Amino acid sequence: MRRETIHAWLLLLPALVLLVAFTHWPAVATLIDSLYATPRGGRAAPFVGIGNYTDLLDDPVFWQALRNNAWYALATIPVSIVLALLMALAVNQALPGRAMLRMAYFLPTMLPMIAVANIWLFFYTPDYGLFDRILAWFGGGRHNWLGDPATALPSMIAVAVWKETGFFMIFYLAALQTMPSDLREAAALEGSSRWNYFRRVILPLLMPTTLFVLVNAVINAFRVIDHVVVMTHGGPDNATTLLLYYVYEAGFRFWDTATAATATVVLLGIMALTAAFQFGVLGRRIHYR
Amino acid sequence: MIRRRNLLAVSAGILAAPAILRAQSVQKLTFYYPIAVGGPLQAVIDGYCKAFQQETGIAVEAVYAGAYGETLIKAMTAIRAGAGPQFAVLLAAEMHSLQDQDILVSLDEIGLDADARKWLDGFYPAFMANSHADGRTWSVPFQRSTAIFYYNKSAFAEAGLDPEAFPTTWAGLAEAAVKLTKRDASGRVTRWGIKLAGDLGNAQWTFGALANQAGQRLMNEAGSEVYFNQPKTIEAMSFWRGLALEHHATPDGVSNWPQLSPDFLEGNAAIIQHTTGNLTNVRDKAQFPFGVAGLAGKTSPRTVVGGGNLYFFKNASPAERQASLRFARWVSEPERAADWSMRTGYIATSPAAYDTQTMKAFIERVPTANVARTFLPVATGELSVHENQRVYKALTDNIQACLNGSKTAAQAMADAQGEADRILKPYRRV
Repeated sequence: MRRETIHAWLLLLPALVLLVAFTHWPAVATLIDSLYATPRGGRAAPFVGIGNYTDLLDDPVFWQALRNNAWYALATIPVSIVLALLMALAVNQALPGRAMLRMAYFLPTMLPMIAVANIWLFFYTPDYGLFDRILAWFGGGRHNWLGDPATALPSMIAVAVWKETGFFMIFYLAALQTMPSDLREAAALEGSSRWNYFRRVILPLLMPTTLFVLVNAVINAFRVIDHVVVMTHGGPDNATTLLLYYVYEAGFRFWDTATAATATVVLLGIMALTAAFQFGVLGRRIHYR
Repeated sequence: MIRRRNLLAVSAGILAAPAILRAQSVQKLTFYYPIAVGGPLQAVIDGYCKAFQQETGIAVEAVYAGAYGETLIKAMTAIRAGAGPQFAVLLAAEMHSLQDQDILVSLDEIGLDADARKWLDGFYPAFMANSHADGRTWSVPFQRSTAIFYYNKSAFAEAGLDPEAFPTTWAGLAEAAVKLTKRDASGRVTRWGIKLAGDLGNAQWTFGALANQAGQRLMNEAGSEVYFNQPKTIEAMSFWRGLALEHHATPDGVSNWPQLSPDFLEGNAAIIQHTTGNLTNVRDKAQFPFGVAGLAGKTSPRTVVGGGNLYFFKNASPAERQASLRFARWVSEPERAADWSMRTGYIATSPAAYDTQTMKAFIERVPTANVARTFLPVATGELSVHENQRVYKALTDNIQACLNGSKTAAQAMADAQGEADRILKPYRRV
């Protein structure tokens, strides 16, 4: 082997070891585990092939978790991205108290999700929680926000949007700050309207940021479930069970490692597909400076 | 040469001495415990550990591990990783599913002499109801409770009810709850008559009491069968649902356990079904005169026991097991059981604790502390089966579907039975 090749591999080695140990090997091990039944009391687990997968497809709770997660992703991702962009545009202008406003927008991001969930738990308290008190002024009645299957998932979505938007705003704000001012001057000279300038200049230039934010938003939609654990335990009647919570419950409440591994493989598959789409299709259409 | 070899042997002996000593006597134990009620219980537990160390020289490290669910998860994970505690306080109802995992050691295996057997016989039988399987004893009671009602005496007086005569039947309870429900001019409820917990982890406990009130046990002793679709079980579910649907005395849908105490203390609920373990917390915080009453029943009061037992794990060495058992016996001595009960509100685990002078004086001062104990004879064991958490979820999902109105009581219970039968199938020995 050439000397440089050896050097190259040696330089890559530390990162490679970490990646293999903490990312690739667990993924492969999960895939292998998903082909075996759950070991019981010291006995070795028998090989069951795709049996775990057919069992999973037969489980209505799994399908509900998948449906819930789809709605959850479809709502949180666009809403938080659009809100983040609007907030970034708002605090990018010269305003009195701009620093305070930026901090206020960013504050939810700095709180741990567990704390956020507990605060919102109070907001959602029926009868005397914040929302019901405000609604009472307008003659509104009682809402069992988290106990009613119709409002439980939207309530969780609101928490996620509130938590995430400030984080995405920071990226947009950073991108807006680096935008050269001669673009704006050139557009003004051309007599371009503000909307036109936003649509034709700012938005395309923000696309790399948008892709980055989108990737993060998609990951978060499948990865962050702390608020489910704190606020609803997936209830009522599985109305707020997300895919990862399903995995957690199977793995650590039922000690059914086979089902947990199988659902994890499905989750990994979904993530891999969306990542391929994002980088393969969207990434190629985006203009990088 | 010879001298050198001797020296070697002697020094090897000295080096090995601590290991030999360790094998014979235990210097340190670790146990996990949960806190499921309000109050500064951590300090109390740490105090016991310190006192135990002074008496025996064995250091006991008590690790607070969250609520019951989290403690179970942490203990199980640690044991699987080979670094688990020697014993832990876990839900009494987890006995069968802990056996599924094959991590427990029975008290019989640790070794019980005549003295120890007498000690076991000293506990209230209701608290040992979830401890026996396969003819052996698997756990001993520690922080035990029953479900009881807390009620707001001012609200009772305001509604024209006698604060000293709490209803003992379902009909009486429903009637009182209706009267206690208060609405403002716009029809908005400002105080609910009654609230019961229906969230995951608590719904099955609430429901275990209701089923017992209708005269139905929810499972067999072996933990391999459940009786969810029995007529009396369905009747219990209908009663719960009816409190909202017919009587409008409890909110529609699911009420959560952690919200019940604040609701009661805020005056938002006049009656709550909660654990005796919450007594000290309510006593400290209630701004109004409150009462404690046994749960009503269809015809007469019935309740369910709950709370945590001490379990001993297989991964401990024989000496550690002995030392753990010693701690268990030490902590359940009448004086200490009485102390724990007074500081928490949990029911002391043995009648002997109630014969101590301190306890007698305390009950004279705080008569509410004695209420729950008098209902032990009409208490049933908690729902406890193999794959416990899974069966809990099957039952809870359907209870919630019924409370939300998407299933009838009969439909919900039939579905819960079907799901539980599927889960328990491997555990049925024909």
